[in-house]
Amino acid sequence: MDTTHSPAAAAGAVSEHAVEEARKHIRTYLIVGFALLCGTIMTVWASLINFHSREINIAVALTIACTKGFLVAGFFMHLISERKMIYAVLSVTVFFFVALMYLTLFSMADGSIIHIR
Amino acid sequence: MQPENHSDSSVHNQPHHELGFWRKYIFSTDHKIIGLQYGVTALLFMFFGFCLMLMMRWQLAYPGKALPVVGNLLYHVLGADMVGKDAAGNWGVIMPDLYNSFGAMHGTIMVFLAIVPLAFGAFGNFVTPLQIGAPDMTFPRVNMVSYQFYFMGGVIMFASFFIPGGAAQSGWTSYSPLATVTAGSQHPNGQTFWIMGMVCLINSSLLGAVNFITTIIQLRAKGLTWMRLPFFVWAQFVTAFLLLLAFPPLEAASVLQLADNLLHTSFFLPTGLMVAGQALHVSGGGSPLLWQHLFWFLGHPEVYVLILPAMGIVTEIIANNTRKPIWGYRSMVYSVLVIGFLSFIVWAHHMYLTGMGTRIATFFQTTTMMISIPSVIILTALFISLWGASIRINTPMLFALGFLPMFGIGGLTGLPLGFNASDIQLHDTYYVIAHFHYIVAPGTIFALFGGIYFWYPKMTGRFMNEFWGKAHFALSFIFMNLIFMPMFVQGLEGMSRRMYDGGATYAESGGVVGLSKYIVGLNVPISHAAFALGLVQIPFIINFFYSIKRGRLTHSDNPWGATTLDWQTPTPPPHGNFDKPMEVFRGPYEYSVPGHARDFTPQNEPEGQEPSIHGNPVRS
Amino acid sequence: MEIPYAVKPRPDTGLYNAKLGIWLFLASEVMLFGALFSSYILLRVNAEEGTWPHHWLNIWLGMTNTFVLIISSVTVVLGWASLKMGKFNRYKFYQGITLLCALVFLGIKSFEYHDKFMHYEIHLKDGRIADGHIQPGTTDKTVVLDGRYVASHADLMEGEVHHEKEPEISIPRDQIVSMENYGPWHNTYTAIYFTLTGLHALHVIGGAIVIFAIWGPLAKVWEQDPERYTNRVEVSGLFWHFVDLVWIFLFPVLYLL
Repeated sequence: MDTTHSPAAAAGAVSEHAVEEARKHIRTYLIVGFALLCGTIMTVWASLINFHSREINIAVALTIACTKGFLVAGFFMHLISERKMIYAVLSVTVFFFVALMYLTLFSMADGSIIHIR
Repeated sequence: MQPENHSDSSVHNQPHHELGFWRKYIFSTDHKIIGLQYGVTALLFMFFGFCLMLMMRWQLAYPGKALPVVGNLLYHVLGADMVGKDAAGNWGVIMPDLYNSFGAMHGTIMVFLAIVPLAFGAFGNFVTPLQIGAPDMTFPRVNMVSYQFYFMGGVIMFASFFIPGGAAQSGWTSYSPLATVTAGSQHPNGQTFWIMGMVCLINSSLLGAVNFITTIIQLRAKGLTWMRLPFFVWAQFVTAFLLLLAFPPLEAASVLQLADNLLHTSFFLPTGLMVAGQALHVSGGGSPLLWQHLFWFLGHPEVYVLILPAMGIVTEIIANNTRKPIWGYRSMVYSVLVIGFLSFIVWAHHMYLTGMGTRIATFFQTTTMMISIPSVIILTALFISLWGASIRINTPMLFALGFLPMFGIGGLTGLPLGFNASDIQLHDTYYVIAHFHYIVAPGTIFALFGGIYFWYPKMTGRFMNEFWGKAHFALSFIFMNLIFMPMFVQGLEGMSRRMYDGGATYAESGGVVGLSKYIVGLNVPISHAAFALGLVQIPFIINFFYSIKRGRLTHSDNPWGATTLDWQTPTPPPHGNFDKPMEVFRGPYEYSVPGHARDFTPQNEPEGQEPSIHGNPVRS
Repeated sequence: MEIPYAVKPRPDTGLYNAKLGIWLFLASEVMLFGALFSSYILLRVNAEEGTWPHHWLNIWLGMTNTFVLIISSVTVVLGWASLKMGKFNRYKFYQGITLLCALVFLGIKSFEYHDKFMHYEIHLKDGRIADGHIQPGTTDKTVVLDGRYVASHADLMEGEVHHEKEPEISIPRDQIVSMENYGPWHNTYTAIYFTLTGLHALHVIGGAIVIFAIWGPLAKVWEQDPERYTNRVEVSGLFWHFVDLVWIFLFPVLYLL
């Protein structure tokens, strides 16, 4: 994309193509934003339903939260079109986060709801 | 500034606006100055941590006897709660609480304020941008801030000795609930200061890690591909990732412990906790094990932070003084990456005795055994690199050579600790102390000493005195072994860590089974060796300062005949490091290449442009 | 001396320095909040049956705050897109909304915190427990609460989704054995609630300050170097999205489950 220094030139020198691209992206952002708001309402509504099982409530809430998370990360943070380098850093991080959570949980799981088969 | 210029890879010969003293030396954003700041501060803290140890060792060898020379001073500064009188009426006996403070702070200071800032902050900052051909770090101002956080953390830790109740006294590991209920819960206390100091140090490391990783990825010179990087840079790269991802859980845990201490929450306090016969007025419901998991999640990668930069330094020195490429460079690179990865999933081997189930303990034992493999690969590659080499014996090389067997001993003695079953006997004994000190003292610290003697000529244009350097090496080597080898024996017999009287309470007497006289008696020669080790550092300190102005001149920008880019700069390197953008044509260890007249070829020398005498073709 | 790739991306990585830097920093933040979430899970899993509270937080306020942060995430990215199109004034408008959302979020959060500090659990000498919000009628002889009496502590664990107005009760102070508000010290749930949301709020404040600084005092960089300015907005926007992302998990975990 073309960039120069005086703001007037910046406004005028942006190509038509870039503006069209940006417009499409804006539509995506608005759709994702709306989806996030809906997801929020869904989470609250689902939590008020009695599933007769704590585990199902947790599963539903976390599934919706993860979906919303992926939308924010994928579209707002442009992860979907981001470079391999960033993916690599994040995958490694997620792996270690999961390791921290699960290994600690398993180490301390005695008499808890978690059953190690 | 010339805002028209958007060519990102060029460096200009701009007229230098001269910075005042404060901007140039105190609030500098130049990675070399920041590296020196880290180095000086770290060495001062190492000296302080060493002094704490000397006082502890006096107590262990002569329990109940007043400290000579400083005993009275200690009494006057710290008061009668901390410092007692001996039978002869002299002030200066270290009371148990003070001993615990010294122990906790010796560990904290050595790990977080001395070794990591020296290995990563000082050497990493100074050498890495030079070795990759960069003008500076990607974020110079963030670099300055990261030093300032470190400095602040150090001040807070130092100040904690002088507040009522003294410094933290729950081990460098600060296990809850002791860390919350100790010192009669008069808050803020030394533990609070410890936590706040740690938060500063963690933030310093996080900012540093971001800087290092971005710099190494983004600012490598043209032609400097990943597999042409000096091993030192790979080591710093992995170290930075360890700091980036392992420190935050400790920061979280520190915040939680701070809340326990100041806000009376019960993150780590179990229900029904009794202190001095009284139930504690807290909500309960917390978990002491949670602190341990969060602490050791950092704690284990932290020990690799202590060793990896040292391996990097040793590799550079060995390559240079064998006049040969490093054997197995590629294996070493893969090994250091595997070490970095595995180091995150071994942590509970510090917690074998906490009652984990056998399944999960087996998991951690397995990963712990696995991680020894890449470590052995690296050490083996370095040993094999000596085979058939024209070994040049100078002070840096002596320290690098000494590192190899010492780290070998340290690493091998980790194996019985890594096995769940044998750890039952050895956990929390002097065996553990000996194991990790072998790795850090004649291991990492030797590498750091070697690095100081090695890069000193690049900073100053002079050599440190060779005779005193060799003496420093030989005597340090002897005394370090005399200190730590007997500790294995003490630990095997069951002598516990952190006993302020050196085990006297548990000594056998009148038919009651206990530690043998011989074992407890070993405390005396160990302490003597420690005092001697201290004396032997004096020539090093004198040598360091004396040689700045009076050392033998190098008469060369590359006196060691090194291939890496850090030696292809003026001495000392100016702001911006290189007057033209660097381009790299070959790997990092092209020594003794057949068909070349010289026994080394710098990375940035274009093909077929060997100079006739020692000189730098890039320098105009 | 100019640092390469500060503005233009490096060809083989496709990134400019600050973008890689902020992602690395966000990775460390994932570990930070991850450790706190792990702590939450551990504390909850290891809690005795019937000692972990539910519905102690106002779901509607939490939902509103979630909406507020989502909207601010949308405006942050629309602001950046406007800059990419060269529309500086539109960016100013959207980013202004972002900052407004931040203030609204913090305002609601402060109200919620205040509510917790006004909510007391009082143990009486006759064994009953009074529980409610402290009222202005309180004197040094009597405590006046909007609340109710319960027989045991366990009865307080289940909060209500729809809070009815409760009657006023007066408790003479000489009848009180102990009195504690719902601050972090109250139990491990409030402890982790205040810690998680408190740390999150600090990140909201920090992010808002940086976004404000770029939007306000540092806006002149747009005139000198629009691409550098746009990059700064992008980088601060990534941080802001992360803050939103954390809340997306905080809300169901703390308010709903």
